[in-house]
Amino acid sequence: MNIHEFQAKQVLGRFGVPVPKGQVASTPEEAAAAFTALGQPKAVVKAQIHAGGRGKAGGVKLVASADEAREFAAKILGKPLVTHQTGPQGRVVRRVYVEEASQIARELYLGMVVDRKAGALSIIVSSEGGMEIEEVAAKSPEKVISEPIDPLIGLCAFQARKAAFALGLKDKQVNQFAALAGALYQAFLATDASLIEINPLVVTAGGQVICLDAKMSFDDNGLFRHPEIRELRDPNEEDPAEIEASKYDLNYVHLDGNIGCMVNGAGLAMATMDIVQQAGAMPANFLDVGGGANAEKVAAAFRLLLSDDRVKAVLINIFGGIMHCDVLAEGVVEAARQVKLQLPLVVRMEGTNVERGKQILKDSGIKVITGADMADAARRVVEAIGGRGANR
Amino acid sequence: MSILVDKNTRVLTQGITGATGQFHTRAGREYGTQMVAGVVPGKGGTDFEGIPIFDTVEAARRATGCNATVIYVPPPFAADAMLEAIAAGIELVICITEGVPVLDMVRVKHYLAGSHSRLIGPNCPGVITPGQCKIGIMPGYIHKPGHVGVVSRSGTLTYEAVHQLTQLGIGQSSCVGIGGDPIVGTSHIEVLELFNRDPDTHGVILIGEIGGSAEEEAAAYIKQNFKKPVVAFIAGQTAPKGRRMGHAGAIIAGGHGGAADKIAALKAAGIAVAISPADLGSTMKRVLEKAA
Repeated sequence: MNIHEFQAKQVLGRFGVPVPKGQVASTPEEAAAAFTALGQPKAVVKAQIHAGGRGKAGGVKLVASADEAREFAAKILGKPLVTHQTGPQGRVVRRVYVEEASQIARELYLGMVVDRKAGALSIIVSSEGGMEIEEVAAKSPEKVISEPIDPLIGLCAFQARKAAFALGLKDKQVNQFAALAGALYQAFLATDASLIEINPLVVTAGGQVICLDAKMSFDDNGLFRHPEIRELRDPNEEDPAEIEASKYDLNYVHLDGNIGCMVNGAGLAMATMDIVQQAGAMPANFLDVGGGANAEKVAAAFRLLLSDDRVKAVLINIFGGIMHCDVLAEGVVEAARQVKLQLPLVVRMEGTNVERGKQILKDSGIKVITGADMADAARRVVEAIGGRGANR
Repeated sequence: MSILVDKNTRVLTQGITGATGQFHTRAGREYGTQMVAGVVPGKGGTDFEGIPIFDTVEAARRATGCNATVIYVPPPFAADAMLEAIAAGIELVICITEGVPVLDMVRVKHYLAGSHSRLIGPNCPGVITPGQCKIGIMPGYIHKPGHVGVVSRSGTLTYEAVHQLTQLGIGQSSCVGIGGDPIVGTSHIEVLELFNRDPDTHGVILIGEIGGSAEEEAAAYIKQNFKKPVVAFIAGQTAPKGRRMGHAGAIIAGGHGGAADKIAALKAAGIAVAISPADLGSTMKRVLEKAA
């Protein structure tokens, strides 16, 4: 789960991470009031969307009066902002963050991630602030310093100092940075974060080290123990179908094709997408109904697939382990009746209770095209929409 | 021979009275696995269909000599169950549970490093040596005893591969689902090392997916050290960047973890890569015939 910059700064601020003062605003008037409340000669108005590249896309502006803050907020609020991370349709700006302006002497990068290889958290720093860390890593890997953190001992002062010296920080800034990194680590652990990125971390003209931007992502598996973080979810930033899917504990990702896919298990679901493409069409989605699906869940998954009006045919590929094929078949029959299914339906089932499942489909009177195996099912569903390349 | 489990493996079920624990303990016993004990805190002294239940793993170990455990405990308590099994010195710990917080796994992984236990999973289907021992949630009947090892990050995709092999008359030595989470107890490479040493394994199917770099590392290991033919498949060739595809670990992030890079690394290591998931069995057949 991702959150907005202003939310990340609020969370981090609670752990003592130094962030500039600011206020969130959802109308031009609120933006003007926020400027006045800050009481500084200048402020920065920043579009709040779940995507990077806002500055370059015109979503961030330095303003010197309440009127200017109002004017800029009026210009961007309610309209989509297109950055290199949003796709061509952009994301609608619903809120702006009005923040005190900082005099920037240096821009740095500070990140904290779950390092899969090390099986631990790592702190990552780079002197190339403001650039995407992936880009820096690709161009000049020597400028990216990564340090794994022992989970038992935590982030050591010497590790933080090592990072600070690598960033070229001096005097008081070294200890400031160490305190900041320590607070960041505490925030990471306490919220089950999966990623924190401070890009840029800046040294101000006055020599202070502060977080000018902040991005936080959380481990979905850890959210159950953080109701306060769950509340930060912004449904406007998510696909409505994906929100609906999460209510039924279904893993759904919306894609651009027209073959609706329902599969059990993430690996098989990805493989099904792949084989649909190889057969000459494109999947409309990734949908994993999970191992222990019941008839109700399958029916919900089915309705979800059909709610996408680009879907021209449905492919169900189930290999029953925990999931029983008869349970799947019951769910499919129930849902097909509920929605009065008109689209071609191709089913490939294998595994536990497969014969009973096939019988249920047969007895239902619903028109089902049976796939003998995965490749056959993919071929048939592509045929059903008019053959190879029909949706390009 | 086989790897990890065989007919002598004595299995404990942690969370034996939950719906999943009950179902798969029964299925394991029907398959012929020695299901010798269960653990449910507070239910010690009772039994599940004749299998004695204990309050702690330590007590179960002492009373039954169990040397493997399978965990069906819900996500909030799964890490503790793994730690308890490791602390009790259980040689093989298999965690089926999906949804374990990654920071919990950081702690478990750390504890594991100083122990004598091997952890498989979490978020995995388990381990099976066909005809001898089935620990986990895979449908037993699709397997056939034989000489091809299977190692995979995915559950159902492993069944798919096994089913194809069996249909072609090719049996399996052991099948290991290592799990779809970002941090798992055992990597592809560690399982490959075991297959390398197992004289009864003549070839291996390696199933990977997008996210992380475990497949690239496995490719490098195979090129250097592995003596048997390998067939690989990478799921997620059509997956978009930055989106988590069901498995917590299946995400292309920061320009890394895409299927194309993994396939290129595997091919560069001389591994036969099946581009279609429907060709896993047939590719293995061809490779084995060529090697013979």
